[in-house]
Amino acid sequence: MENKVIITVVGKDTVGIIARICTYLAGCKVNVLDITQTIVQGFFNMMMIVDINAATKSFDDVQKDLETLGDEIGVQIKAQKEDIFNAMHRL
Amino acid sequence: MVNLQEVLETNKMVEEQTLDVRTITIGISLLECIDSDLKKVNENVYNRITTVAKDLDKVAKEIERDYGIPIVNRRISVTPIALVGGAACKKPEDFVTLAHTLDKAAEAVGANLIGGYSALVSKGMTTADEMLIRSIPQALCETQRVCSSVNLASTKTGINMDAVRLMGDILLQVADRSKDRDSVDCMKLVVFCNAPDDNPFMAGAFHGVTEADAIINVGVSGPGVVKKALEQVRGESFEVLCETIKKTAFKVTRVGQLVAQEASKRLGIPFGIIDLSLAPTPAIGDSVADILCEIGLEYAGAPGTTAALAMLNDQVKKGGVMASSYVGGLSGAFIPVSEDQGMINSVEAGAITLEKLEAMTCVCSVGLDMIAIPGDTPATTISGMIADEMALGMVNQKTTAARLIPVIGKGVGDTVEFGGLFGYAPIMPVNKFSCADFINRQGRIPAPIHSFKN
Repeated sequence: MENKVIITVVGKDTVGIIARICTYLAGCKVNVLDITQTIVQGFFNMMMIVDINAATKSFDDVQKDLETLGDEIGVQIKAQKEDIFNAMHRL
Repeated sequence: MVNLQEVLETNKMVEEQTLDVRTITIGISLLECIDSDLKKVNENVYNRITTVAKDLDKVAKEIERDYGIPIVNRRISVTPIALVGGAACKKPEDFVTLAHTLDKAAEAVGANLIGGYSALVSKGMTTADEMLIRSIPQALCETQRVCSSVNLASTKTGINMDAVRLMGDILLQVADRSKDRDSVDCMKLVVFCNAPDDNPFMAGAFHGVTEADAIINVGVSGPGVVKKALEQVRGESFEVLCETIKKTAFKVTRVGQLVAQEASKRLGIPFGIIDLSLAPTPAIGDSVADILCEIGLEYAGAPGTTAALAMLNDQVKKGGVMASSYVGGLSGAFIPVSEDQGMINSVEAGAITLEKLEAMTCVCSVGLDMIAIPGDTPATTISGMIADEMALGMVNQKTTAARLIPVIGKGVGDTVEFGGLFGYAPIMPVNKFSCADFINRQGRIPAPIHSFKN
């Protein structure tokens, strides 16, 4: 069963944001299902839909690690369970 | 699959528009704790609360983390203590011991507030009810987290004017006991007409006798989200305005529904209701009054305010009802004065009076809420204000409430600071003419004619 998490990245655009995040995710066996990104007024907006079902780390740890990674890159990275977005935007 | 715009919209609501879940409230029946031995009742109550609600804080934190939505308060509501302590308490001080037990139990499980130090006396007071009411000043003064409410009237029973008269006096006693702290303990006391059994909001939450052993009720908020959405439709027709409020209320309520279902699942306690209220806080951008201004009023309180509020309240309900499987509690727009920066601005600008607030309570979900009045207001005048509010609820078949704060030693022109979520309030002038002879009559006001529906 899939266990979907939405990762959002918001911040100033710079080289290698996606690469670094994907490297981390691959390292803990988080499968990326979809990536969307746009640049709005120089700001990098990205959303990844990932499956953490086979992850070697807990959701809690992934969340914290991503936050720390975000601080290093200089962007804000959030990981949230998909349900909240489905609840709000889907009947 | 969700798309980027939707995800950004949701996260913006949380980060920029102060969307949050205002409270997860566990309702706990204490009927099984009843005993004729006071010590035993206290033990039972403590054990029951700390068992049922032991994971409340942990689960709330997990949900916050999983979904990235703040849950501001964890609360508990219990069976009205007048019923629980009735067999054991022989004097008001006995009831106070139960207040201490509730306080300790709430602290033990990390609950911010615990409601249910209550009596339901809409038609008459039992000896226990009256003792509990008389114990309220001491109970509230000696505890931190205990909230008290008294149901004084209902559409079905009329208004218990003996209890209304008593509450005017009790309120002043509460004010006096906390006079060195701007009579702040009055915030923890509210009187109702048609009090709902499943309200998750304080100070009026209690676990009604019609409820099951334990239940999860969730209160959502989101005035900032509605305000932001309305900024996009300035100058548009009422149709567009109403649709926008409904859609926004729907989204906000869906978050509440998700949180309630998750909390219910993780705590192993059935889901009761979502209270879809617009509950403001003093934070900038979290104001119901600001929504009224966005709708087109210079200040809340200007002519047209009652109509604008009636529309807002109705649209919030229409949008929210479909978003949740069960809706209950107070559900509507709250208009507390001290907890809403826009309302405070209105008072300071001289745009709103107590009488206008009273009119507004006819069309929104609660009543005269968090209003600071001069400390020298006579008890009979306070009872008169309460009686008016009860009459509005009784005749309009809705919940109304009064949470007034007579600030001892202060008068019109002074301001009181309640701190944190409770905000601050300029003291509002009260009509000086007496209603003492009216209030001092004995007995009750009969139920209105339209209550006879059988």
